[in-house]
Amino acid sequence: MAYDSIVCVKQVPDTANITGDAMKDDGTVNRSALPAIFNPDDLHALEAALQVRDRFGGTVTAITMGPLSACEVLRDCLYRGADRVILVNDRRAAASDTLATGYILAQAVRKIGNCDLIWAGRQAIDGDTAQVGPQMAEKLGIPQVTYFEALVDLSGRTIRVRRNVGNGYEVLEARLPILLTVLDSANETRPAAAKRVMRFKHARSAGEITNEVAANMPAASSAEKEAEAARLLEKLRAAGLRIEQWSLDDVAADLRRCGMSGSPTKVHRVQSIVLTKEGYTEIPPSEEGVGRMIHELVVDHTLG
Amino acid sequence: MIEPNPKGEVWIFAEQEDEHLSETSLELCSKARELADRLGVKVGAVLAGWNVRELSYRLIAHGVDKVYYVYDTLLEYYRTLPYARVVCQLITRHKPQIVLFGATPLGRDLAPRIASEMRSGLTADCTDLEIGDYTEPKTKAVHKDLLMQIRPAFGGNIIATIVNFDRWPQMATVREGVMPLGDGDPRRSGQIIEEKIEFSDFEQSVRLIERVREKRKVNLKGARIIVAGGGGVGSKENFKLIHDLAGVLGGAVGASRAAVDGGFISKEHQVGQTGTTVRPALYIACGISGAVQHRAGMEESAKIIAINWDKEAPIFGVAHYGIVGDLTKVIPMMIRAIREKE
Ligand SMILES: Cc1cc2nc3c(=O)[nH]c(=O)nc-3n(C[C@H](O)[C@H](O)[C@H](O)COP(=O)(O)OP(=O)(O)OC[C@H]3O[C@@H](n4cnc5c(N)ncnc54)[C@H](O)[C@@H]3O)c2cc1C
Repeated sequence: MAYDSIVCVKQVPDTANITGDAMKDDGTVNRSALPAIFNPDDLHALEAALQVRDRFGGTVTAITMGPLSACEVLRDCLYRGADRVILVNDRRAAASDTLATGYILAQAVRKIGNCDLIWAGRQAIDGDTAQVGPQMAEKLGIPQVTYFEALVDLSGRTIRVRRNVGNGYEVLEARLPILLTVLDSANETRPAAAKRVMRFKHARSAGEITNEVAANMPAASSAEKEAEAARLLEKLRAAGLRIEQWSLDDVAADLRRCGMSGSPTKVHRVQSIVLTKEGYTEIPPSEEGVGRMIHELVVDHTLG
Repeated sequence: MIEPNPKGEVWIFAEQEDEHLSETSLELCSKARELADRLGVKVGAVLAGWNVRELSYRLIAHGVDKVYYVYDTLLEYYRTLPYARVVCQLITRHKPQIVLFGATPLGRDLAPRIASEMRSGLTADCTDLEIGDYTEPKTKAVHKDLLMQIRPAFGGNIIATIVNFDRWPQMATVREGVMPLGDGDPRRSGQIIEEKIEFSDFEQSVRLIERVREKRKVNLKGARIIVAGGGGVGSKENFKLIHDLAGVLGGAVGASRAAVDGGFISKEHQVGQTGTTVRPALYIACGISGAVQHRAGMEESAKIIAINWDKEAPIFGVAHYGIVGDLTKVIPMMIRAIREKE
């Protein structure tokens, strides 16, 4: 029996490597100065889905919600083996918190239609919330299994998985469809396949094409630009290189549940971390210096 | 969601497993007490399970006024859906203004499911909680006495304060180990209220087949002294120095992620954002640069000694004693000095 998977992926700023340039004067992080990367846990979610397809047959569809630049991670999904990729892109989705994001992604899954397995990374490194997966599952009315580490068995409509809960593990059995969030310890991710890179590096979304046409034909009228974009998109579609791009209307989202208005949580204040340079007692690296420090610690009852 | 309800109680979800309350649940009790006293309301705890009524007394000792106890064989072992049903129904019934969960693997599985079903806000992994006022930037409307949900974001590089003024309850998961664990007062009194939740229509879509728990071998959280080694220790052989120093001090061994990734020591020893948060009486950081993710797990220690040969290393920014030098020389000096004191 074949299984159809949907994988939720996200493009994130590389928060692990924040340099001075990325901090603005007011102490906030300048997202645009950070390199954008494929959220690490999501690569493992994609791999888990690809492994199911390789073993049992079926399809893998990757979806992301984000700006046009997020097409970069969708192309990466194609390079690694995804069959279909979809960008959910809409200005009105900006400032969505996890609740609104979970809702929008669930609407996109509904539009895709039948699917057996939905995969997401355990969490994204820009927010570290780990909330969108479970919230999507709730919106879809299906069970969730978080911290997926291994597929134990999959047959008919029943799946058995092992989840790692930190101080041990559990094996759960569930009926499909189900949503799983994947740990980085679940698998080794496959690299991009050279042949697929050659082919899919030309894949584009409608928004990207519009921008490219505008840049290439600055003198053309808007009607000419539209005609050219339509021609290029048709070519891409025929070649199987079109990245589908959906708006909130396409996924029939209730706008009151999206973006700022759909988000109960509001950011009140943001502070950058400032080291409290109150100064410390400098101890010279000598027998005498170290001896004095130990003595002080004994006197103030930290030691002994 | 429920309407904003400033008279509502402050609730915690009491996480229990094998008839033991998690330490984080007790940490939440003291925080909830503090918030509730500030607001002039009662502290409630949701305790769900099978035959765990006894645990109520511990919760009460730690500051809870009302334990909402739900028992059912379906709740013997944690699974998301029956537990989510318990909490959602109780929230709808009693309309608490705040609900707190531990940011444990369980809490982070359960809380988002509940927030989604209630269509209310949830902030993950808070490191502090306060009561404060919030002014909407556009309308200038003032919302008084909201829960300020304070958490690191962006890989720990910024601290954000999050509020939820209209879709209550205000919910948050709270990082393990960051709220002080009180002693509890066995003379405190409180109420145990047995609540009924309807499960007859419940479809068991997920079954627990096997469940394995490992005993925690490393007790970092309970240690009074921690000696931690980082990437600067250089090798597994050199890491013996860290064990030796911990040995003479009767302390536990901690590590930075670089030391764990380098294979010097196992992951259970990791301190920091993705490891354990500790607050010992003394923390000795050896060959640790002091990356923000590491500091997040140790900067609340009462005393910090940093040993690093780079005097610009950020670890010195949180240290009380700093030794700029080579750890392979300094640690043996320390061991000798401690032995001499005895
Ligand atoms: C999402 C995320 C989560 C993370 N979570 C954690 C976490 O929980 N815990 C954690 O620790 N890290 C975590 N990190 C990693 C963190 O960013 C740092 O990479 C890590 O803490 C570095 O460890 P280190 O300082 O020991 O190693 P290094 O960066 O390699 O620093 C080694 C230090 O040792 C000094 N040194 C070298 N040789 C000697 C010597 N002979 N004598 C004295 N000093 C010497 C050097 O000057 C240097 O300062 C996380 C990162 C990310 C992105």
